[in-house]
Amino acid sequence: MNNNKILHKALWYALVIAMIIPFIFPLVWIVSSSFKTQAQIVASPPIWLFVPTLDNYKNVFIDQEFGRFLWNSAVIAVGSTVLSLIIGLPAAYSISRYKQRMIGVFILLARVMPGISFLIPWFILFSKLGMIDTFTSLIASHMMVGLPLIVWIMINYFDNFPHELEEAAQVDGCTLHGAFFRIVLPLAGPGILTASTLSFLFSWNNFMFSLVLSAQNTKTLPIAIFNFVSYAEVGWGNVMAAAVVIIAPAIILTMLFQRYVIKGLTAGAVKG
Amino acid sequence: MNEFIERNLRWLFPLPAVIFIVAMMAFPVIFTIGVSLTDWAMTTGGEPQFIGLKNYQDLLSDSRFYNAVWLTVYFTVLAVGVETVLGVGMALILNREFAGKDLAKGLLLLPMVATPVAIGLAWTLFYEPSIGLANYALQMLGLPASKWLASPNSVIPALAIVDIWQWTPMIALIVMAGLASLPQDPFEAAMVDGATPFQVFRFVTLPLLMPTILVAVILRGIDAFKTFDIILTMTAGGPGFASETLNIYAYNLGFGYFRFGMASTALVALLAVVLGGSLIVLWMRKRFDY
Repeated sequence: MNNNKILHKALWYALVIAMIIPFIFPLVWIVSSSFKTQAQIVASPPIWLFVPTLDNYKNVFIDQEFGRFLWNSAVIAVGSTVLSLIIGLPAAYSISRYKQRMIGVFILLARVMPGISFLIPWFILFSKLGMIDTFTSLIASHMMVGLPLIVWIMINYFDNFPHELEEAAQVDGCTLHGAFFRIVLPLAGPGILTASTLSFLFSWNNFMFSLVLSAQNTKTLPIAIFNFVSYAEVGWGNVMAAAVVIIAPAIILTMLFQRYVIKGLTAGAVKG
Repeated sequence: MNEFIERNLRWLFPLPAVIFIVAMMAFPVIFTIGVSLTDWAMTTGGEPQFIGLKNYQDLLSDSRFYNAVWLTVYFTVLAVGVETVLGVGMALILNREFAGKDLAKGLLLLPMVATPVAIGLAWTLFYEPSIGLANYALQMLGLPASKWLASPNSVIPALAIVDIWQWTPMIALIVMAGLASLPQDPFEAAMVDGATPFQVFRFVTLPLLMPTILVAVILRGIDAFKTFDIILTMTAGGPGFASETLNIYAYNLGFGYFRFGMASTALVALLAVVLGGSLIVLWMRKRFDY
């Protein structure tokens, strides 16, 4: 490699780094602020070097009981994802195999519709049934995000699936639904991982549905953080610590399953 | 039993999902249309009265409604427009094999998966006029300070910046996937013909990539149109009504004033717009065959 090429390469790497920094800087700032005192956070010009404190995390977990909200969020995200998989996987398989386009479009409509258009009816319905602030109503509402996502991703996945495998199993005397459970599902692992990671993330981050349907018993992290800011004395350090508590699991999951998250987010956007 | 399942598999498999969607979506939408024809408000008490299309008349003569439509379009076009240009640019830069490519892609994913409420709060702090980093950065560049979220003129661009920060990588990732799936022949042919890099981009890459870009823009457009978390957390529609998009307008009517009748009417209008948009998308997909 001659000097020119090295220089070219170095410049290009500098460009890439300069391009990525703005996208991670706010997150780094949130994390660093969560270890600052209120005075350090509001200091102008900003302080870049400081002695970190764990006070904000202590306040968030001990005084504000964020552990409970973390648990609620986890139960709702896992619950809505598992139930969406149970009813979504067979549906996606059938839609893909039997080309049931109308059913597909109907389920995907739930992805396009503004979530807020369900909120008033749900609020009234769940109030009448005494189901506001129950895990059942929250899981059901979050499934309206997870289910279409799972169906969307899995239709794509099953479309590219060699159907000869089930046919071979049938020839060997397996029933069609037997083939689905014993042959198709085990082989669909990567697709299921993509779909469930995304479904979990969207439920974890969901704000709108929880805002209206949850209260003391089922309060999720996004709502807890949102309520947090209305108390004037809470302070930015605590808000940032709470933000780290909710963002960290999403980021860890994304880093672990990066390939699947990218696949899921871009599913259906690129033909072929 | 087994035989029954076997014969009706194609209906039994999708059935639970369809029943669920009907219960959670179709029924609420019909209910909403019904409520939109009443004067139901939780504050006045009493039974809802059927009032026909009066809410629709009121909505169409409410300046807040038109304001909301305009702001929704303004926000969506501004955010998605900038995201598309930046995202395509980023994809072209990143479209080569290099050490650390996976790391770069992983880092770009983070804004998308970070919880919007938390993001909204952090940006609210950045935008704080006296202590925020945004004005500190402007000052460093020798530019005048801005009021960001506090001024009706700058609030929508300020919110759009957050959306651009969060979702530009999505366009970049989609376009990168699109680039990876392009055939190689046209590029080789163009090189043989001695085309400059810009000519290759303008006359080969861009046309081949157009369908992918269009799908990315549409997906992003639908979501930007429905933006709720960021706006509610950061401004709740303010100052005044300067960032009250359709979503926030309907939410405020429903859960701020508990005017269910009027809120339902706004929702029917919102649904009509979104469904209309989706139909155009379906038509375009057919028309351009993808």
